Parts: sequence; structure tokens; C-alpha cells
Amino acid sequence: MKYETQKVAYPFFIAALLLFAGQVSFGLLAGAVYVWPDFFADFMPFHIMRMSHTNLLLVWLLIGFFGATYYLLPEEAETEIHSPMIAYIQLGIFVFAGAAALISYQFGIHEGREFLEQPLWIKILLTISFLMFLYNGTRTLMAGRKTAISIVLLLGLWLAAIFWLFAFYNPANLSLDKMYWWYVVHIWVEGVWGLIMASLLAYLLIKLTGVDREIIEKWLYVIVGLVLFSGLLGTGHHYYWIGTPGYWQPIGSFFSALEVVPLFAMVAFAFYMFWRGNRNHPNKSAILWTLGCTVMAFFGAGVWGFMHTLSWVNYYSHGTQVTAAHGHLAFYGAYVMLNLAIITFAMPQLRGKRPYNQIRNMWSFWLMTGGMAFMTFTLTFAGVIQTHLQRVMDIRYMVAQDDLTLFYAMRFGSGVIVVIGALLFLWATLGKPREQVPTGATHIATDAA
Amino acid sequence: MIEGLSRNAARNIFFGGSIFFFVLFVALTLHSHYYIVTESTDHDGLTEQVRMGKHVWEKESCINCHSLLGEGAYFAPELGNVWLRYGGDEDPEAARQGLKSWIRLQPLGVPGRRQMPSYKHLTEEELDALVEFLRWTSTIDTQGWPPTISG
Ligand code: HEC
Ligand code: HEM
Ligand code: HEM
Ligand SMILES: [Fe+2]
Repeated sequence: MKYETQKVAYPFFIAALLLFAGQVSFGLLAGAVYVWPDFFADFMPFHIMRMSHTNLLLVWLLIGFFGATYYLLPEEAETEIHSPMIAYIQLGIFVFAGAAALISYQFGIHEGREFLEQPLWIKILLTISFLMFLYNGTRTLMAGRKTAISIVLLLGLWLAAIFWLFAFYNPANLSLDKMYWWYVVHIWVEGVWGLIMASLLAYLLIKLTGVDREIIEKWLYVIVGLVLFSGLLGTGHHYYWIGTPGYWQPIGSFFSALEVVPLFAMVAFAFYMFWRGNRNHPNKSAILWTLGCTVMAFFGAGVWGFMHTLSWVNYYSHGTQVTAAHGHLAFYGAYVMLNLAIITFAMPQLRGKRPYNQIRNMWSFWLMTGGMAFMTFTLTFAGVIQTHLQRVMDIRYMVAQDDLTLFYAMRFGSGVIVVIGALLFLWATLGKPREQVPTGATHIATDAA
Repeated sequence: MIEGLSRNAARNIFFGGSIFFFVLFVALTLHSHYYIVTESTDHDGLTEQVRMGKHVWEKESCINCHSLLGEGAYFAPELGNVWLRYGGDEDPEAARQGLKSWIRLQPLGVPGRRQMPSYKHLTEEELDALVEFLRWTSTIDTQGWPPTISG
């Protein structure tokens, strides 16, 4: 670690990981209700578990992005963070707002649009914290060297904050409401967060492979270009059946199908750089997460997204367990694994250690990734059957659900594995370091980072 | 192909192209906005009651169990067309009463069956508004979705 203020990232990563543990636990509760419908019914109804699960996801991912930015910005800009104090206050506000949302949900206090359930005052706090972050990051960037990585990263974060403002706009006309709701949800995950993802990957690749910045940054611009060229009009794949005009069916189908291209380019990018690179970096588990992230994002977002994105397929699959399957693997592959890659890479340096607990970390990789993959398969089967029963044979929802019990049980089982993997990850990264280097890597230089 | 491209050219293509597609996207949404207001929805029929119903719908976060026009959660039946499922196009009064009493009856407490929570705290006025909101929603032109009345 070259710059003192990179340390700012440390509490961000700890907060993110703790909330991550909470997120998957709520997922497990919600998954349990599918198998034992009476489970917790009097104590915490399904909708409360679900909004806690998804809100914690978004909050911890954002905290992870903030932390990652504070970590890499000094190195990229070659200057210290503008104000560590603002960073800590900003983190405090964000965590407080997230916790306040979580607690108020348990008392039935929430707004009512999916993912945007936070009460108004909490949304305002989140916005304030986000703006403080952007101020701090932008001041740091302005004061130092401006690399493509830091420019694309901050651009992505700025745009994320700007599109978030649509969360405050809730028209009474349901179709308008839905159309602008996707300005937050789709434009985030398939648009501007793509900038964050690609730039963080580019940073990791420079560090882990030692390939020239010039080459990596060129790829970065090509990839983020492809993300936005396809992803903006790709929003049309949510505008098929909500009262929007029919032209979205060809436009949405065409452009969202193209969204697969940048996802594939990211896989090629990452593997190509490792193939070209000559650096034998000792943090093997960070390499695993980095490569794994691109592969799982390609499958979860790219392949599973494409599966139901053409309007004539989506006509049948829209809003079934197929969507849940895709939502899980896409979020996990693209954004969960991205954060875990950065954390795995940065933690040893933040704690002033050599890469540690790598075996444990890699076990957690395989448990979580295997668990999520299996969960995706079971939900996909459930979704296909549901689609056929309900959308082709016109069997009522609750009757059709009776045939899916087995898949929900398997989803719960794989959820247990994911939670174990997540806890193992926390133990590996936050726990006591054991000097432990994977076999075959014992000879490596120790401080290539 | 990428070899022949310089970093600065890649950057310019990124910024130029993104602005182009962004402008196109915004233009299309503005047109869609106009289309929604004038054609596909009963915009003039957004009475105080429908607005209140949407507010109740949100206050209770029904969306985190149900889907509405296919968006939301997958734990409970689609409600975009529940008005039609209850026969609202033929006998609105019966559908209204049917939906109201369904909501009032919760929780059914059938063992081993998914539960919908109690809504006994909703007033008569709120219940009427909620059902009116569901009726209004069923009139949106959804390009023929869902494929079946089961939703
Ligand atoms: C905790 C989850 C949950 C919440 C929250 C919830 N519901 Fe339900 N709802 C269900 C389930 C499960 C069923 C199916 C019950 C059955 O068939 O036994 C259902 C059924 C219904 C039905 C009948 C659907 C049909 O096709 O017959 C209507 C109408 C309905 N809910 C309206 C609402 C409204 C309005 C709200 C919000 C005020 C709401 N629900 C909130 C779980 C929920
Ligand atoms: C990292 C990227 C992505 C993430 C995190 C993601 C996540 C999600 C989530 C959570 C939903 C459900 C939204 C809801 O609750 O209604 C969804 C829906 C959808 N996604 Fe993605 N997605 C990603 C990329 C893609 C891509 C690349 C495609 C297409 C190729 C795609 C196609 C779709 C479609 C068609 C739907 C609508 C499903 C329906 O009709 O019910 N997604 N996505
Ligand atoms: C890191 C891992 C996870 C991520 C990224 C994740 C993400 C998500 C997302 C984005 C949604 C909304 C889905 C949509 O609208 O399509 C969701 C819902 C849900 N998740 Fe997860 N989740 C994770 C882990 C889990 C686990 C371990 C379980 C346990 C079984 C679980 C169970 C559920 C359930 C039951 C729902 C509600 C689905 C519905 O509406 O029917 N999740 N999750
Ligand atoms: Fe999308």
C-alpha cells in the first residue's frame, strides 16, 4: 500500500461484508418460506424478508464500491484522498440509513416499489452520503493524475447517483411509474454499474497481471462503450408489457441481445490479460475471484439474460421463477463476485499482511459459486415448468406452484451452501491470518503487489 | 481489430457513441411517455380514488409477494389482471365485493399453504380504493400480456 489514506477503505469493506452476511441470511429465510409456508408467518411475513434481502444487497454492494474507490483512487491519482474525515462520516451515514431501513421494515414501515422501499427520509440520507462520496472522490481525482480507470469509475458512480434520483419520482400513472422505475433498476445494473465493473476489473488486471496500462485502458473504453451502446436501448426489454408502445419489442430484443457482447468481451479481456501477463502474483485467491467474476457474469447476465430477453420468449416467461434464476446469478456473478475480488485483493494490504488464508478463501469461492449455480439451475427448471403450466395450459398460479415444491427444496439446500460459503469468506478475510500459501506458489515473490 | 485502434480513439468512440444512444433513448422514452398518457392508459381516469389505491398498494408493499404486470415478487399470483380473473369485465360489482372480501378474510391460515397477511387495519375507504386501483390497472393496454387469464 503506497498511500496512507488507502486505509479509508478498510471500514468500508468490513461494513460491506457484515451486511453481506445479513443479506444471504434473509435470503435463506425467504427461501425457507417457499418450502415451509407456515415458517415465521406470524413473526415476519415473506415480503419483509424479501425487501430486507434485496435492500441489504444493494446497500452492501454500494458500500463495497465506495471502499474500492477509496482504495484505488490514491494509487491511480497518485495523491492522498481529499478528506478521510468526509469518507468516515459518509460511511457512517450510509450504514445508519441502511440499518434504519432494515429496522423500520420489521415494523412494517416502508414505501412500496420493489427495491426502492426505503422511507423518504432514508432515501434522502442515502443521497447525501452518496454526494459526499462523489465530492470526495472527484476532489481527489482533480488533484492528481487522471487515468482512464479513475475517470470511467467516477463517471459510473456519478451516473449511478444521477439515475438514482428517479427513485424520488413516483407518478400516479402506473405505466409511467414502471417506465421510470427501470431508469434506476435497469440503467444501474446493465448500464452505469457496468462502467464501475469494467474499471474495477481493469484495475485488478493491471495489478494482478502486470500488463501495460495503455493496452488495458484501451480495452476498458471499448468494453464500456459496448455496455452503454447496447444497454441504454436494451432497457426496452422491460418495456414490452407495461403499457409502453409496441416498437420496444424489436428495439428491446435487438439491443438487449447485444448486451451479451460486452459481457463476453470482459471474459476474453480478463483471460487474455492473464495469458499475456508475466507477473506471478501471490494473491491466488484474488485471481480466482477476478476470473470467476467475468465468467459467472457472462453466464448469469449474458446467457441467462439472453434466455428470456427476446420479446416472444419473454411473453411467456415474464415474471416467473426464470426471472428469479437470472436475477440471482447475474447479481452474484457481476457485482457480488466483483466486490469479493476487490476485497480479497485489498485486505492483505490493508491489514499489512501477505496474502493469507487463501485455502479458506478459495473454498468459499467454490462453495458460494457452486451453490449459486445450483440455485440458478433449480429455479430455471421451476420457471420453465411454471411457464408451461400457467402461461400455456392456463393452470392457476397456486395450483401450478404445487408442482414446484421439489425445486424450492433444492433452492433452499443450495442456499444453505451459499450461506456457509459466505461465512467462510468472512472468516478467511476478517479472521486471524494464518501464513498459508497454496501449493505450487511457495516460491513466489512476496510483495509483487 | 482492436490492434488498429488507439486508446484515444477508443475513448472518443465511447463518449460520442454513449451520448448518441443516450439521446436516442431519452427521445424514445419521451414519446413513450406521451403514448402512455394519451393512448395506452386511462390517464383521465386517474381519480383521487385510484391514486389513493396506488398509495395503499405501496404502503402495504404488496409488490414484495405479488407481481403486477409481471414485475415484483414471484411468491403469489399476478395481480395486473386479477380484476378480470374475478369477472370484473362482466359483473364489476361482484368482482369488487369478491376482491374486498378476499382481502378482508386474510389470513386464511390453511396449514401448509402460503399465507397472505392480515389487512384488517385497512379502512373501508382504503379497501375500495385498492380495488379501484386494481381495476384501473386492468385497463392498461399491455400488448396482449399475460397470455392466459391465470396471469
Ligand atoms: C406475504 C405475502 C403477501 C402479501 C404481502 C400480499 N399477498 Fe396477496 N396473496 C398472497 C398469497 C400467497 C396469495 C394466494 C393465496 C391462496 O390462494 O391461498 C395471495 C392472493 C391474493 C389475491 C387473490 C389472487 C387470485 O388470483 O385469486 C389478491 C387479490 C391479493 N392477494 C391481493 C393482495 C393485495 C392487494 C396485497 C397488498 C395490500 C397483498 N395481496 C399482499 C400473498 C401476499
Ligand atoms: C449484471 C447484469 C445484470 C443484472 C444484475 C441483472 C439483474 C436482473 C434482475 C434483478 C431482474 C429482475 C428485476 C425485477 O425484479 O423485476 C432482471 C430482469 C431481466 N433481465 Fe437482467 N440483469 C443483468 C443483465 C441482463 C442482461 C445482459 C440481459 C439480456 C441479455 C438481461 C435480461 C433481463 C430480462 C429480459 C429481464 C426481465 C425478466 C422478466 O420479464 O421478468 N439482464 N435482471
Ligand atoms: C449472494 C447471493 C444472492 C444474491 C446476489 C441474491 C439476489 C437476489 C435478488 C436480486 C432478488 C430479487 C430477484 C428478482 O426480482 O428477480 C432476490 C430474491 C430472492 N432471493 Fe436472493 N440473492 C442471493 C442469495 C440468496 C440465498 C442464499 C437465498 C436462499 C435460498 C435467496 C433467496 C431468495 C428468495 C426466496 C427471493 C425472493 C424471490 C421471489 O420473489 O420469489 N437468495 N435475491
Ligand atoms: Fe434489464
